[in-house]
Amino acid sequence: MSFSFGSDNRLPQARLAVVSYIIVGMIGVLLLGFWKLQVIDSDQYGQMAERNRVRSIPIIAPRGRMLDRDGRVLVDNRPSFSVLLLRDDPSLVEKSLGPVADGLGLSVDDLRDQLDATKALPKFQPIVIKPEASPADVAFIESHRADIPVLEMLSVSRRRYLPGGFMSHASGYVGEVSEQQIEASNGKLRPGDVVGKAGLERQYNDILMGTDGMRRVIVNSVGKEVDHLSQQDPIPGKQIQLTIDYDLQTVAEQSLGARPGAVVALDPRTGEVLAMVSRPTPDPNDFAVRISKEEWKQLNDDPLRPLFNRAVQAQLAPGSVFKIVTATAMLEDHNPPESFTTFCPGYGTFYGRQFKCWVYSSKKGPTSHGVMNLHQAVLHSCDVFFYTAGMKMGIDRLSYYGDKFGIGHKTGIDLPSEESGLMPSEQWVERVFHRKWYPGETISVSIGQGAVTTTPVQLARMIGGIASGGVFKQPHLLKGAASVKEERVAISEPTIEKITDAMYGVMNEPGGTGGQLKLAGIEFSGKSGTAQVIGYDTRAKLGKQKKFEDNGWFVGYAPKRDPEIVVAVLVQEGGGLHGGESAGPVVRDIVKAYYDKKMKKTQGQITADNSKPTPQNGTPAALLAPRTAVIKEEESAGRAAPVQNQR
Amino acid sequence: MRDAPGTRDYDWWLLAILAAICALGVLEIYSATHGSSLAGMHTKQLRWLALGTILMFILSRVDYHLIMDQSLILYLVCIAALVAVLLLGNVRFGAKRWIPLMGQMFQVSELAKLIIIIVLARFFTEVRSDKLDLRDLIKAGLLVGVPLVLILKQPDLGTALVLVPLLFVGAFLAGLQWQHTAAIVLVGAMLVGAVFYPPVSKHILKPYQRERITSFLHPEEDAKGSGYQLLQSKIAVGSGGFWGKGFGNGSQNQLGYIPVRYSDFIMSAWAEEQGFKGVLLALGLYMALLLRLVQNAQRAKDRAGMFLVMGVAATLGFHILVNVAMVIGAMPVTGIPLPLMSYGGSATLFVFMAIGLVMNVRLRRFVN
Repeated sequence: MSFSFGSDNRLPQARLAVVSYIIVGMIGVLLLGFWKLQVIDSDQYGQMAERNRVRSIPIIAPRGRMLDRDGRVLVDNRPSFSVLLLRDDPSLVEKSLGPVADGLGLSVDDLRDQLDATKALPKFQPIVIKPEASPADVAFIESHRADIPVLEMLSVSRRRYLPGGFMSHASGYVGEVSEQQIEASNGKLRPGDVVGKAGLERQYNDILMGTDGMRRVIVNSVGKEVDHLSQQDPIPGKQIQLTIDYDLQTVAEQSLGARPGAVVALDPRTGEVLAMVSRPTPDPNDFAVRISKEEWKQLNDDPLRPLFNRAVQAQLAPGSVFKIVTATAMLEDHNPPESFTTFCPGYGTFYGRQFKCWVYSSKKGPTSHGVMNLHQAVLHSCDVFFYTAGMKMGIDRLSYYGDKFGIGHKTGIDLPSEESGLMPSEQWVERVFHRKWYPGETISVSIGQGAVTTTPVQLARMIGGIASGGVFKQPHLLKGAASVKEERVAISEPTIEKITDAMYGVMNEPGGTGGQLKLAGIEFSGKSGTAQVIGYDTRAKLGKQKKFEDNGWFVGYAPKRDPEIVVAVLVQEGGGLHGGESAGPVVRDIVKAYYDKKMKKTQGQITADNSKPTPQNGTPAALLAPRTAVIKEEESAGRAAPVQNQR
Repeated sequence: MRDAPGTRDYDWWLLAILAAICALGVLEIYSATHGSSLAGMHTKQLRWLALGTILMFILSRVDYHLIMDQSLILYLVCIAALVAVLLLGNVRFGAKRWIPLMGQMFQVSELAKLIIIIVLARFFTEVRSDKLDLRDLIKAGLLVGVPLVLILKQPDLGTALVLVPLLFVGAFLAGLQWQHTAAIVLVGAMLVGAVFYPPVSKHILKPYQRERITSFLHPEEDAKGSGYQLLQSKIAVGSGGFWGKGFGNGSQNQLGYIPVRYSDFIMSAWAEEQGFKGVLLALGLYMALLLRLVQNAQRAKDRAGMFLVMGVAATLGFHILVNVAMVIGAMPVTGIPLPLMSYGGSATLFVFMAIGLVMNVRLRRFVN
């Protein structure tokens, strides 16, 4: 069995020595490896360990609220969660894209686009991939912390607007900052920041937006927060108070209903905007969270253009409202003289072409106005009178006065993307069309047709300014705005007297186009307008297709001189009604509400003077309590649908 | 003829080095696991160390010549156990490596290593020449080849690979000729090349093994796999710097970024918390251990003793090299623990039994 261990027991000493050297060499090489990592590249690995360990999570500063003139909350915030993607480790991110997209219901392509767009940012800065996390998303992130460690949740405050698109065009909406905005911000804005995109949100973004804070925490290898390092508190945005009166705004919203159009109510004494409505309206709550590309496209492609703020952006022919310009021009220039009268047979022929008076095409069939002077012509809105007057004074004078009263100029309202409208002139056609002015064009312009276009806010400012004796205040929405511009146009007192008399007559004298709008005890005045989208003749040929219906205008104010409130209303596609019928009631509702509230306030003050503990009428106290505004609006939103029938 | 040796003949220096390394290991296991769900692992490791010490003592008392006499039986038992583990073994972590024994799971391949050391020592002793001819070399190759293939089947690439340097060192000391050395090196290089060359490796490696190779070569493509492990290990080592972050203060270690930080990657945790100075201490101890083993071989009474001791030295040396190189990202993840520092029952017992053999040889150096 046994094997002999032999006599030859010489050991290979030389080879054993070689093994010793190999051992020393091996340990030496390993030590060199450690030297490289621990001494030469130590800083780099130290940073990597720190990046592993420390996670910076932004704390979003809440945006400032928007209050109405009485301090009631119009735009508020609500808490919500956003999903963040941590990009420290690009290969890990790349690997996780699929599971992340699946788990959160996003598309891998979209995620990749977002990553590409934020390539230039430092790697430690996470990006928002889903702004509004559902409870399912939260559960998904929590349960996959170990295998998908690139997700993190961020507590954010989300904008809350009053429901139903209340005041939405004035308030605007917020959204993720665009690349252009980032570039323009001088490093103040970073990708993923939420900024105002439209309306006041955009106009006063620098006030409303706060400064985000940052929380530095220690996380373990499965992404669990184990310790807290430091916190830089966010600086909340400042709230702004608006000139909007919640009560008047509510009336305006309801009274216009769902009809496409716009409402602007101003206090001409100060330029304060009391109400502003544009229809149709999106609900900005829908895109307080990120909106999908398709939804956005749909909103933009909608032929009714819901994102368009008609109150400051709709540039439309003012129709007969412009007759106030023509009338003022005539009285100021005394050409034709004040005593000028004309006979209206329902039409007139100028420069070889027949121009109809609206009365000829009215529902009652072809009729005429007969002999008209200026006062009657304003009351009846007689086209033939103003055709003739306009022909006599010429485009130069019309253009001069239109320009003076702000047509073709932005009013300077504190909203982005205001349009200027257009006051045509000889120079304008030469510059734009390289041709001479056709005298026939003057005829159209004199009744607010043809090339002349205005925005609702322009008309409100213009009529309010004329009734205030030529003092035009810059319309604005920010309460207590520091420098409100004022323009004074010299108009003689007799002219103002006659024009305001005429506009008072529109409501309060027999035959006035606003006769049905008369408000007892209030010097309610105004002027209607019905601008044709196409000429009367063409319309007759095509029949009454809805598409070709008129834009109904009404600009009303009270009292007759130095008004406290002026309201311009545009109702598009008014169902065959003229402006006095479609837009007029909206103006009346608002003016009435203004005076009702004023009455109540006065009564309330009397009550307070008598120091009774409870007000006679519970409403004023409730109205002044800030929070009730929200509840009240929800009630009124519920009632919004039947309002359409009120017109 | 073979008198029982006295206690003063034990290699106390070797035991001191051994104890020092084990102490570092227990400390770092404690640091890596305290306050986590794995807390208390260091006491378990202490129990393994105690058991290992007893086994070492027992093994040192039985004359190694008697053990080597039983080579054939041991070899057959080894093969049978390896086959049994393939047929009956428990699957853990995706490999059949474990058999239950006295309520514990044991890795049969650890025992196999010990037996192969003994069998190879016997084989090379019988080659009574200063030169190892090709026929004997092939025989030795076959002797190692059978268990190697069985271990590969489990699959356990790491342990299988350990048998290669064991064979090579044995053959080298048995008088391996230079031309054969060159040939072996060439074949070895080709094998390594094949492993790293995907078109070939897909025929010889398991998917998980190929993945490890790929992630070693391209760690950035493997975010959460072994490439990530290697990267995190390097971060731990590098961020430790020269002085280290202090005991229990390594963020990579404490926050769990280092994979299996109490076992295969314990050197990473040690290097992070103790820095380069700690590494110097640990690797210095390992070098002293290996050199002390070689010294024992040099002073062995006969070639049999020398082969036995050098078999142990080759195995431990290879373990240290592969594990530590992995920790600094210089080698792919192979699943080879660091002897005496890594937590682990079977592996610890193996090392102590192997050291028992070394003691055995030493105790008998003056006898006869």
